Amino acid sequence: MSDHDYQPDSKLGKWFNDRLPLLTLSNHLQQYPTPKNLNYWWTFGGILTFCLITQIVTGVILGMHYIAHADLAFESVEHIMRNVNYGWLIRYVHANGASMFFLAVYIHIFRALYYGSYKSPREVIWIIGMIIYFLMMATAFMGYVLPWGQMSFWGATVITNLFSAIPFIGESVVNWLWGGYAVDNPTLTRFFSLHYLLPFLILGLVMLHIWALHVPGNNNPIGIEIKKPSNDTVPFHPYIVVKDAFALLLFLIIFAFFVFYSPNILGHADNYIEANPMVTPAHIVPEWYLLPFYAILRSVPDKLLGVIAMFASIFVLVILPWLDTSKVRSAIFRPIYKQFYWFLVADVIILGYMGAMPAEGTYLLIARVATAYYFIHFLLILPILGKKEKTLEVPLSITEPVIGGSPNEAMAKFKKEI
Amino acid sequence: MSESDKKNPNRRDFIVTATTAAGAVGVGAAVWPLIDQMNPDASVKALASTEVDISGLQPGQSITVLWRGKPVFIKRRTQEEIDSARAVDLKDLKHPEKDEDRAKNPEWLVMLGVCTHLGCVPLTDKGDYNAWFCPCHGSHYDTSGRIRKGPAPTNLEVPKYVFIDSKTIKIG
Repeated sequence: MSDHDYQPDSKLGKWFNDRLPLLTLSNHLQQYPTPKNLNYWWTFGGILTFCLITQIVTGVILGMHYIAHADLAFESVEHIMRNVNYGWLIRYVHANGASMFFLAVYIHIFRALYYGSYKSPREVIWIIGMIIYFLMMATAFMGYVLPWGQMSFWGATVITNLFSAIPFIGESVVNWLWGGYAVDNPTLTRFFSLHYLLPFLILGLVMLHIWALHVPGNNNPIGIEIKKPSNDTVPFHPYIVVKDAFALLLFLIIFAFFVFYSPNILGHADNYIEANPMVTPAHIVPEWYLLPFYAILRSVPDKLLGVIAMFASIFVLVILPWLDTSKVRSAIFRPIYKQFYWFLVADVIILGYMGAMPAEGTYLLIARVATAYYFIHFLLILPILGKKEKTLEVPLSITEPVIGGSPNEAMAKFKKEI
Repeated sequence: MSESDKKNPNRRDFIVTATTAAGAVGVGAAVWPLIDQMNPDASVKALASTEVDISGLQPGQSITVLWRGKPVFIKRRTQEEIDSARAVDLKDLKHPEKDEDRAKNPEWLVMLGVCTHLGCVPLTDKGDYNAWFCPCHGSHYDTSGRIRKGPAPTNLEVPKYVFIDSKTIKIG
C-alpha cells in the first residue's frame, strides 16, 4: 500500500497530518483497493453503518423526551407520539429502524455464509461481527422494554427468567438483574441506561470490524485471494462508494415504506396496552428478528437444556470458521454446499415461523425437527462436507474467466503443477 | 524470567507477587459496590408482606393479589378439587410434593402465580387438569398447583403465609 507516503496538498493539511494522520486514513479509505466483482450483497456493510448511525441519532433525541419510570414511561411514549414536534416520525424511524437493522444484518450474515467470508484469514472479522450481532440483540431487547407496554413487560419477564435456569445461583442472578422480585421500576431504569450504552460499544466494535477487514481486504464472489492493487481491483472511491450509495437509496425506499405506510406492522398490538404484572397476554411473541432463537428455546422440553440450546445456536456461529473444513470459500464452486446452504436458509425461516406460532402439536414437532437440523448443519454436515465434497475448479483471478486464460503466466504454470 | 530464576525466587519476585495479589483484592473491593447496587434495594425489601381479606370467597372461587410485584393466587378449593389433588400418586409427579404439604388448610391453596418455566402468569381453571395452565409455553398444573405436563421444572411456589384470623391471610 502506498498510502503511508501520502502527502496532503495544502500546507495546513500537511501541518495537521504530521501531527495526527487523519488525512492519511481518509486517503487510505479512498484509495483502498477493492475486488472489482463485488455484487450488491456486498453493499450491506455500508447500509448497516447507516442503520447504526440512524439508531444512535434518533435514540439520543428520543432520550430527550422519554421518561424512564414505571409509572411514566408508557405515557411519555404517547407524549412523544402526540405532542413532541415530529416525535411520531422520530419514534417510528427508531422502532422500524431496529427491524431494518436486523433485516440488513441477516442479509450481511447470510452473504458471508454463502461466499465463505468467515474463512481464513477473516476469522477475527467474523467473530467481531458475531459479538456485534449478539450486542444488537441485547440492545434491541432492552429497547423493546422501554415503552413499558404489555409485550415489553412480559418479554422482559420471559427473557430475564432464562437466567433462572442456571443451577443453584439462578434465582439470585435473576433478582440481581431485576433489582427486585419481579420486573419493575429498577429493571426499567437499568435497561434504559444499558440501552443507551450498548450502541456506542457496537460503534467501537464496528470500527474494529472494519479495521480487521482492511488487513486482508474484502472477500469477493469467487472467494479467491487477489493481488492488491491489480487488474482485479478498483479503488474504493468512487466505484464502491457510488454502488453503496445506490444500494442505500433502494434500501431507504423499503425503510420509508414501513415508516410511512405501515409503521406498526412489525410490532405487536399488545404493546399499546400499559404493562400489567397481573395479566400475561394470551400469546407472548418476541420481535420477528428473535423468533428463530425463541423457537429453538421452546422446542426443548427441559428448561435448562432449552436455554443452553438457544445460546449454543449462536455459539456454533462463532466457531463456524473451524467447523467448515472446506478450503474453497465461495459456494459458487461448492455444488453440494450450495444446496445445503439453501436448506439452512429455509430451516431458519421455518424456525422463525414456528417461533411465532403457539408451542403445541404439529408446530412444536416441526420446530423440533428444524432445531435438530440447524445443529446438524453446523456440527455434522459442514465438517464432513468440507472433506468429502468434490469442488469445481477455482479460477486464478477475477479476470481469468472473463478473458479466458490467466493474465499471469507464472500463475498459470503454478496451476498446472498442482 | 529464566528457569533458574523460577527455582530461586528473589525479593523482587516476592514484591511483584505481593503487589499483584494486593491489587487484585483492591480491584475486587472496588468493583463489588458497582455490582451489588443492582441487587434489590432497601425500599424493595421493605415491602415484604401483604395482608389479604378472604372473607368474600366462595368454594371454587379464587383471587389474585400482588405481593412483592408478583401475583399470588388464593383459591378456595371445592371438595372435589381437594380430593383429586390428594388422590394423585407421587410417582406420577415431576416434582413430587404432597398436597397436604402444599395446602395446610386443605380448603385454601395459596401460591405464587408465576410459572416456574419463564415467569408468565398461568390462567386459572384451564388446561388438562382444569386448574392452571400457562399460555406462554404450555405448562399444565393440577388442582394443587403441581406441574404435570410441559416445560416448567417445578411446582408453583408456595410462599410463606399465615392465617391471622378466619378472614385474613398475611403473605410474607
